[in-house]
Amino acid sequence: MIRPGFFLALIRAAILSLVAALVIVPLIATFMGGFKSVGELRASPLGLPSVWRVETYTDILGGSVFWGYIQNSLIISFSAVFLTLLLASMAAYIFAQIRFFGSKYIQAYLLLGLMFPFATAIVPLFLQIRDFGLLDNPLGVILPQTAFSMAFAIVLLRSFFQQLPKELFEAAYVDGCGYIGFFFRFTLPLSTPILATVGTFVFVQSWNNYLLPLVVINNSAGYTWPLGIMRYRGEFMVEWNRILAFVSLTILPALIFFTFTQKYIVAGLTRGSVKG
Amino acid sequence: MTTMIGSRPTLSPAARIARMHRQGKLTALLLFLPPALVLFTLFVIWPIFNAANLSFFKWSGYGAIDNFVGTQNYQRLANHSVFHQSLWNSVKLILASLFIQIPLALTLALLIYKKTSANTAFRLIFFAPYILAEIASGVIWSFIFDGDFGVSGQIAAALGIDPFYILADRQFAFLAIITVVVWKYFGYHMMIFIAALQAVPDDLLEAADIDGASRLQKVFYVKLPLIMHAIKLSAFFAIVGALQVFDIIIPLTNGGPSNSTHSIVSYLYTYGLAQLNVGYGAAVGVVLFILCMVTAFSYKRLAMGKGGAL
Repeated sequence: MIRPGFFLALIRAAILSLVAALVIVPLIATFMGGFKSVGELRASPLGLPSVWRVETYTDILGGSVFWGYIQNSLIISFSAVFLTLLLASMAAYIFAQIRFFGSKYIQAYLLLGLMFPFATAIVPLFLQIRDFGLLDNPLGVILPQTAFSMAFAIVLLRSFFQQLPKELFEAAYVDGCGYIGFFFRFTLPLSTPILATVGTFVFVQSWNNYLLPLVVINNSAGYTWPLGIMRYRGEFMVEWNRILAFVSLTILPALIFFTFTQKYIVAGLTRGSVKG
Repeated sequence: MTTMIGSRPTLSPAARIARMHRQGKLTALLLFLPPALVLFTLFVIWPIFNAANLSFFKWSGYGAIDNFVGTQNYQRLANHSVFHQSLWNSVKLILASLFIQIPLALTLALLIYKKTSANTAFRLIFFAPYILAEIASGVIWSFIFDGDFGVSGQIAAALGIDPFYILADRQFAFLAIITVVVWKYFGYHMMIFIAALQAVPDDLLEAADIDGASRLQKVFYVKLPLIMHAIKLSAFFAIVGALQVFDIIIPLTNGGPSNSTHSIVSYLYTYGLAQLNVGYGAAVGVVLFILCMVTAFSYKRLAMGKGGAL
């Protein structure tokens, strides 16, 4: 006699494995594809490579183009993270720590930023960036990305700062620590979990962003990696093995990094949503 | 502590400011708040307002903005069949998100929300596509869908039919895009549901057990009602997300074949920005903005109820 729980477990395992396969197979096919020749790729897109050709990968890694894209992306993403964390935590600290006339209105104003995507304003945004002379300048990507992360970052940081014990500030204030000193000496060091959450989240968005760099950066020397992929694909058209190798090399570090920081990404996603 | 007590109504504004200054609040305020506000205003708020203004002009982006054309941009937009198609595509994406993606995400969340190591592994796998860049996902899937190289080519060969180019087919290209969107984002919704399910108090489930509730009864009468807020929120994100799809479409179809797979944003990019029809692009942006706002407010009203915070 088979327990009914056994069948349920079987169905559960079947569903989970099927979905997992649908997720993993395209990724594996991509990694494998980079090791195949074009001919073999055509004959067997999913199978293991008959010969593991590493030339495609080493070609890309040996050239400077790939590293240039990665470097540009790293500069932009880290700057956006740093700027967002600094400016947003300063503003969030004021909202959490100081009561002043207009605080509510300013916060409501910033919340507008949560409401719309930056695609809506991409045309005027482009003109704005151009008029500031920031086209083909990493700052032309960094500053708007920071501005668009601001609302979300301030909301998360403020609610965290508000939960820090009030007694701490009172004690520090009595000892002559001012508002600014307290921010750098106590608030920031005590807030590393939320800073990591916000930072990782901003990093993912910036790293993956395509539309803004597409609009701002025309010179291929300044391309971020998503622009690089599209350029590379345009260059090699049907040489899918090269394209797949290129994609693999760009997503592999990201996948590894994000696997380790997943905790923070998920915290960023759910903190805003579940608690409402 | 005097510093923590709010300003008393008896003080005049000037006296209040003077007191804030004495306490060091004013300096902090003036140093800490403006940078964020200035940046936000310059790159978020101002462009939106500017879009509203520019949408009434015909302008190539250079020289004086003096060619006022009234609502002509909006009229052209309203009569453009490609724009209609892009709206219809957004509706299709929303429907697919609501009726395929969210039920799938919910089912998976119910299956793996408990904290075991196997579940953690599945969670990691299902969440991986969300972390991948849209561009990378689009390129990978354009390979899978490629009639000559990809899996669809294999399937066609196995069936002994001519290679089939899904992405070049007017009828099926958008279906392919929907597939990729579901593939990419179901893990995101699943994570929201998992977080909500993990917050469901155990004693409620134990109470249901004692009352003899079956598994399904527990799901429908205890778990789902308790995570309704997360489900509604997730549906909201799906709708707003569907309105903004762009990066995925570019590598897959670039809006083709014959402009049948544009989203609103890819339409905006193609017809407004790439050709520097500033006024026209601004008008599309304004329409998208209004759509998002109307969605947000009506959704908040209808679905989230009074207490619902978005």
